[in-house]
Amino acid sequence: MKYLHEAVIIASITFAAEIIKFLLPLPIPASIYGLILLFLLLKSGVLKLEQIENVGGLLLELMPLLLVPASVSFLTVLDMIQGMLLPVLIMGFVGTVVVMMVTGMVSQALVRRGGEEKKA
Amino acid sequence: MKDLFAACSCFGLLLAAGSYQLARVINRRVGKEICNPLLFSTLCCCAVLLLTGTEYDVFYENGGNILEFFLTPATICLAIPLYRQFALLKKNAGAVLAGCTAGVLAHMAGCVLMLFLFRMETAEYISLLPKSITTAIGKGLSEELGGYPAITMATIMLTGLFGAVAAPGLLRLFGVKDPLCQGLAIGTSSHAAGTSRAVELGEVQGAASSLAIVMTGLLTVIAAPVFARLAG
Repeated sequence: MKYLHEAVIIASITFAAEIIKFLLPLPIPASIYGLILLFLLLKSGVLKLEQIENVGGLLLELMPLLLVPASVSFLTVLDMIQGMLLPVLIMGFVGTVVVMMVTGMVSQALVRRGGEEKKA
Repeated sequence: MKDLFAACSCFGLLLAAGSYQLARVINRRVGKEICNPLLFSTLCCCAVLLLTGTEYDVFYENGGNILEFFLTPATICLAIPLYRQFALLKKNAGAVLAGCTAGVLAHMAGCVLMLFLFRMETAEYISLLPKSITTAIGKGLSEELGGYPAITMATIMLTGLFGAVAAPGLLRLFGVKDPLCQGLAIGTSSHAAGTSRAVELGEVQGAASSLAIVMTGLLTVIAAPVFARLAG
């Protein structure tokens, strides 16, 4: 029954996030509101980590599987993007590599510098 | 075959979860990660749908939707690693902010380059701007700025899938060894899909990647309209 309790808490936060999304006319998904809401609840101590840890951990572990339907839906837009296929492929592959490299290297340079200052 | 699939309420769920698990079993047997479960499962599902002439809707309505249903609560739970590692992230706030900003700007610069390289229409160029962010924000932003949501969706999905599959190898290639920076790089470049992989790499990676989703979303919402005007 511990799991049911955790599931109800997580479902309630999801519900609250969906209400926020319904009320605010921004192109922001409920999941982002929920992420911020859950973080604030944990940070303020209203919710304890132990109250959601098991079911939350399970959901996080399953996340790649949950993304399969969205990835497969690529098939449905394929015929709509035919003229744009090459730019889409370049941005999808090369663009992703470049962004990953830039963010990784810039942040690593700053983290390292922070570390060196402390040593000195 | 198609009618049979349509009659089985768990067809989509079984196909997706079964092939996902098969990839994991293969990896365990070999003792090395040779086949990425997300990629393997996606390819299996696409292959079955294409070979049997089954529509995506049949897959989605017979179990695929169950998986997708849990995506929102799962994304919300990214707050858990974020909360656990908050002290570390706060200590490195400068690196987080600079890393995400640099990533978003690099992406926007790439879009401008594509605009000139392919002599794209303004609407096509705008469709590429929100590519590194989570689907729901990206689609909304693309519509608002006057892009084609289908192109945006396709680019976002491809980005996420590629990021999730290739992130560990690419990070090794670029010498990004710090767990915090690995997480930031994954979250900034490939949103929630990449983050699902970051969580597997470690808790710090997962936390940094989750924070990067929020930061990148925010920065893109601010920067995209500015870059959209460049083409107009």
